[in-house]
Amino acid sequence: MPRLDSPAELEALRQEILSKRDPDKPCITICSGTGCHAYGSEKVNAALEKEVKKQGLKAEVDVRRTGCHGFCERGTLVVIYPDGICYVNVQPEDAAEVVRSAKENKVIDRLLYVDPTTGEKVIHESDIPFYKYQNRIIFGNNRRIDPKSIDDYIALDGYSALSKVLSQMTPEQVLEEVKRSGLRGRGGGGFPTGWKWQTTRDASGEPKYVIVNCDEGDPGAYMDRSLMEGNPHSVLEGLTIGAYAIGSHEGFIYVRAEYPLAVENLDIAIQQAEGCGLLGKNILGSGFDFEVKVHRGAGAFVSGESSALMTAIEGKVGEPRPKYIHTSEKGIWDRPSCLNNVETWANVPLIINNGANWYASIGTEGSKGTKIFSLVGKVNNTGLVEVPMGIPLRDIVYKIGGGIPRGKKFKAVQTGGPSGGCIPEQFLDSRVDFDELARLGSMMGSGGMIVMDEDTCMVDTARYFLDFLADESCGKCTPCREGIKQMLDILTDICGGRGQDGDIELLEELSEVLRDTSLCALGGTAPNPVLTTIQYFRDEYAAHINEKRCPAYVCKELVSYYIDPAKCQACMICLRNCSAEAISGGKDKIHVIEQSKCTKCGNCFDLCPPRFEAVEKISGESVPPSLPEDERVLVRGKE
Amino acid sequence: MDQEKIDQIVDNYTGEDGVLIQLLLDVQKELNWVPKEAVQRISERLQIPLSQIYRVASFYKSMSLKPRGRHLVNVCLGTACQVRDGPRVMDRIRDVLGINPGETTPDMKFTLERVNCLGCCALGPVMVVDGEYHGKMMPAKAEEILKGYV
Repeated sequence: MPRLDSPAELEALRQEILSKRDPDKPCITICSGTGCHAYGSEKVNAALEKEVKKQGLKAEVDVRRTGCHGFCERGTLVVIYPDGICYVNVQPEDAAEVVRSAKENKVIDRLLYVDPTTGEKVIHESDIPFYKYQNRIIFGNNRRIDPKSIDDYIALDGYSALSKVLSQMTPEQVLEEVKRSGLRGRGGGGFPTGWKWQTTRDASGEPKYVIVNCDEGDPGAYMDRSLMEGNPHSVLEGLTIGAYAIGSHEGFIYVRAEYPLAVENLDIAIQQAEGCGLLGKNILGSGFDFEVKVHRGAGAFVSGESSALMTAIEGKVGEPRPKYIHTSEKGIWDRPSCLNNVETWANVPLIINNGANWYASIGTEGSKGTKIFSLVGKVNNTGLVEVPMGIPLRDIVYKIGGGIPRGKKFKAVQTGGPSGGCIPEQFLDSRVDFDELARLGSMMGSGGMIVMDEDTCMVDTARYFLDFLADESCGKCTPCREGIKQMLDILTDICGGRGQDGDIELLEELSEVLRDTSLCALGGTAPNPVLTTIQYFRDEYAAHINEKRCPAYVCKELVSYYIDPAKCQACMICLRNCSAEAISGGKDKIHVIEQSKCTKCGNCFDLCPPRFEAVEKISGESVPPSLPEDERVLVRGKE
Repeated sequence: MDQEKIDQIVDNYTGEDGVLIQLLLDVQKELNWVPKEAVQRISERLQIPLSQIYRVASFYKSMSLKPRGRHLVNVCLGTACQVRDGPRVMDRIRDVLGINPGETTPDMKFTLERVNCLGCCALGPVMVVDGEYHGKMMPAKAEEILKGYV
């Protein structure tokens, strides 16, 4: 690829790429995000490419592997352009038909998405309810780009914002534009991005650093992964624009250990950008130099905290430090360092290209633009959704998410990861933005949205988060190290049926100490999952403590499995599959679970055929005594 | 342990600052664990005290100071997997392998690890064996998959 030495040359390259592409030529795109990858998209892709060759259609049909499309529930996803015909759950065996249909411009009925509420088949991606209510200004290009091809990005106006900034704007103008857009940090804190940039720009000390935080540690959130894997150039472009505005010539991208594909695609993107003169010395002939290094994380949640991340980049143990002086003034090697999350950086080119006014017209008073959420857990349509700030929570869960599977009852949405909280049903009509979520005791976090239904125990959820945090606490400060441990012990006792009067109050008291005295946000926000569950689901805590009952039948020590003799058909399925050999019975002998042997693995409950439903969960009461031997003989066929 | 391999890894980072973590990750990838001899060699080459290297290597989850089994089984217990019965998948795998997370089977075949989110939450519960993702796990399905590994 030739080196580009001016904005005009970039534009010429774009025209050249476009001229070689026929917008009407069918293009089969295959989602190759990590989700679809797990479904076997690799094989689908190979089969499609083989078919194109076999049918001799190389000149007539394109095949492109793209980043994550978002509708992970239905992978492998295949979309055929220019019409946007969407196929779900595609298998390698479907390849021949898909290629033929693309060539003949036909639709394969059986691969279409069926709307579960209406039973109707949907042809076009944009008409599928999961996509229809979204506003995918950032995430939308993922499905049109091969992340390993800079040409694809350039063809979609890629690097035009950088070109504009370098040739037509002063750093001050860029700063002003970002400030006016109202962009706030997408990593969790929601700090105004433009002001953060300004602080680093104004801070004394050289060199200055800019950093991308791709240490997406919040369990249940994966939008940064999908952006970095699917459209790495958009992050690089945003970062370079930020560097120009701040006056930095060196950047770091910190990617967590669990995201190898992100590192791979990012490395390729950096190489390509450097090759074209879009990174490195004298970018687009402007005289501006900027270099980027990738730093692989090594598996530590706390290293996503800004000061800890910077310590890790220095090659030391990634622990946080007190931030009396902000990292924007003294960060990596005590130099001014501006850290933003992946999604934040990816917003920047859009703001430059479309203007601050356009950007600020999306969203609410205090939260502008869109936000990508990972809608997961007990919801029908799981995946990544990008919506304007201010959308009601109900729309996300029901209109986009399609509600709760198997007719179960909605219980709560957990947002903000281990620093966030659980939002109950009565607040489903709240508008989702930074301030509203905080008002409800939760937070935006990086955008995880985990839906919970009646089968989720809220005490166990609180225990889960503290277990997570106890594991991830670096141990540097005492309140976090010891406080989380104590709170976890209390919650484990409650879940185990050993809760006592006063436990709830003690949890609240400990929460206050953690909140006030922890060194970093990990400890400071650790009480949130506990406090919000106590606030909204106190009755569940009371049931565990007073009645030794788990209303959701989750806490193992409070649940027993029991076979209803009136329903058992002695089919032997549970008996054969019980790994603890706790079930007795025979071919015509009603099965009984021997409680002392039962490990409560729940296998029998899963396997009992739905037409019998003989296995029950019991909590808070004793298991009925088993039938006397002579009554256990099953008499069949008395209709 | 192959000293040359370690030297080669160290040589890749000549002249750079703050490379310890990246270097240890490379050693982990190359040898599947971080043996004492490697730590000693790195300490000599980079003139970093052993204690400092051990502090880094023991802090991070991706680095193992014990030899790992031939197959690495990661079970995700991120929130999305947690609410979709991930813990039951973990319980079953524990039973099947007879080890706890962080341990290796005596025949060195499997190492079991718990991960706090792999970022493919829509497919939860997720299990990864040797980098291959298996989504929508059920206890019985997980057991079956593990049986396929020799």
